[in-house]
Amino acid sequence: MNRISKLGAALLAGAAVVAVAGNAPGTAVAAGKIVISNWDGYMPADMLERFTAETGIEAELAVHATNEEVMGKVVAGKGKGYDVLFVSSPFVEALKNLGLVAALDHALLPNLKNLYPEAMQLAYDPGNTVSVPYAWGTTGLCYRSDLVSGTPDSWLDLLQPAAALKGKVTMLSTDRWLMAAAFLAQGKSVNSTGEAELAAAKELLVAAKKDLLAYDDTTFYSKLVSGEAALVQAWDGWCNYGIAENAAIKYVIPKEGSDLWVDTMVVTAASENKEAAHRFLDFILTADNGAWVPANILYKVPNKAAMEALDPALVAQYPNLAMTPAELLKQEQLRDLGAGQKAFSRTVTEILASN
Amino acid sequence: MPRSPLRDWLLLGPGLTWLALFLVVPCGIVFAFAFFERGVYGGIDYLFTLENFARAFDPLYLGIFLTSAKIAGLATAIALLFGYPAAYAIAKAPRHRQTALLVLVMLPFWSNYLIRTYAWIVLLNREGLVNKGLAALGLVQEPLPLLYNEFAIVTGLVYNYLPFVVLAIYASISRLSPEVLEASEDLGASAPRTFWRVTLPLTLPGVAAGAVFVFVLSIGNFITPDLLGGGRLQMVGNVIYDQFLTARDWPFGATLSFLLIGVMMALLFSQAVLVRRAQGEGAAVHA
Repeated sequence: MNRISKLGAALLAGAAVVAVAGNAPGTAVAAGKIVISNWDGYMPADMLERFTAETGIEAELAVHATNEEVMGKVVAGKGKGYDVLFVSSPFVEALKNLGLVAALDHALLPNLKNLYPEAMQLAYDPGNTVSVPYAWGTTGLCYRSDLVSGTPDSWLDLLQPAAALKGKVTMLSTDRWLMAAAFLAQGKSVNSTGEAELAAAKELLVAAKKDLLAYDDTTFYSKLVSGEAALVQAWDGWCNYGIAENAAIKYVIPKEGSDLWVDTMVVTAASENKEAAHRFLDFILTADNGAWVPANILYKVPNKAAMEALDPALVAQYPNLAMTPAELLKQEQLRDLGAGQKAFSRTVTEILASN
Repeated sequence: MPRSPLRDWLLLGPGLTWLALFLVVPCGIVFAFAFFERGVYGGIDYLFTLENFARAFDPLYLGIFLTSAKIAGLATAIALLFGYPAAYAIAKAPRHRQTALLVLVMLPFWSNYLIRTYAWIVLLNREGLVNKGLAALGLVQEPLPLLYNEFAIVTGLVYNYLPFVVLAIYASISRLSPEVLEASEDLGASAPRTFWRVTLPLTLPGVAAGAVFVFVLSIGNFITPDLLGGGRLQMVGNVIYDQFLTARDWPFGATLSFLLIGVMMALLFSQAVLVRRAQGEGAAVHA
């Protein structure tokens, strides 16, 4: 066989492979399959199997580490390939403005009755038209009561620590909560985007940097347990992980207040199985499934039926689980910043980058 | 076999296509982003602007470039200081031992970069092994702040990139012709003088290769400053990472990447020139 035929044969073989491979994903998608994107470990490991066993709908889990990651994927791909997303509340508004989430049909969600009435009137999505809240909580100060004299009661205890605490405090570096600490300390809204507020917060946070041990979003509670840190900025659920290992750890919301963060579930507009997606949301809203989160990962859920069925011993050990929705709603809710996001992100970059 | 340009191009074809499709084109797209604006929800607004470059030359970011260069430079200098003697010792060791020694140098690479970095957190933190050891020996009263600062970052970088330096310099030293060294001795030079005037200049290409390796890998590194620096000391890699993944300001991230790659290419170019010049001299010596 001469050289040209060999080359031709090779090209033909290659083309055949590409044609077959190209067709394979195009085969009919099994009816009733949904793709869910969630944080790792935020749902029970067997949740999807139980869902499939009960409803016959197949469910696949994609994992995202941060809201920005899933936003990047969904905005770039217009949501194709995803049916259900777990995102935090500001991003629900963002996705809604971009037209990437589907309106929820409440007729398909009978278990919405399990939610607290307050959870049906949250500011970022009143009436839960496009989202269903999954877990909610506050951000405050988590500290070792045996290493800190007195009870910390202000964000300034973190931002301008007493001499004994210098170099033993950590802050969250995720943009909304980094800035919230300063906004609240200065009596401003956690959703501020005005130039003056951003500049004032930046000044406070850059000055606070020198007294920090580190920025830590994930291991701050172990630093408390080991004694490396004495006072940290923490989400209430994460503080509970510290409390589980050292009973001297306590959680407190400073007098200036906290933010109310809500993690939610949405159905993408590009979903080809919206009914199946609704069934998944309804499945999560049952009392049993709602109880998994507080019982296992120590977060509060807006599921009234689940919270009222909690073991009293659990609530005694982790006092912040007992916070009532009325108390929660006194805190300011995190909202999407809209056009102010650019200036906000720029300020956060400048704070983190200043050495 | 007669030279055939067609055959040469066919053989080069797949490799060049791969490079073009997966290196040149993506880099080009990212660099193009540097000239546009950030969209409100992340993403790109295709409005031409030079604002990103103006912002990159703000003292804040230039300061970060300088800090990164300083840390990378420190790491390079220390790595060379430790690496050259180590490479020299290995090269002068008996033949049969050299392989074993080289394997020992490479052994850390069998574990993951992240795990090696985490190990330093365990060693250096306030309740860590180093502080506990120093306290047990009675050398310190209070635990030393060894972690979440520049010291920890440089230590982590040196530890992770030392094998590169050792291997590069070892390769250079082992290629030294023993006749040249003998000639130097015969002509009356003492051992230190031989080292300083003959060995060191002739192994400069290896030193340059090792140095550039460590510097280029260190200056763009974001994992080590994030883990060992506690997120408080940001290097240019951290800022770029933040722009793409958190702040979702791709245009600005692209601008910083553009500038960083420019710096690295300048360095690689100077290293290539140095090598070529050294090889030119080496050829003259042997002629």
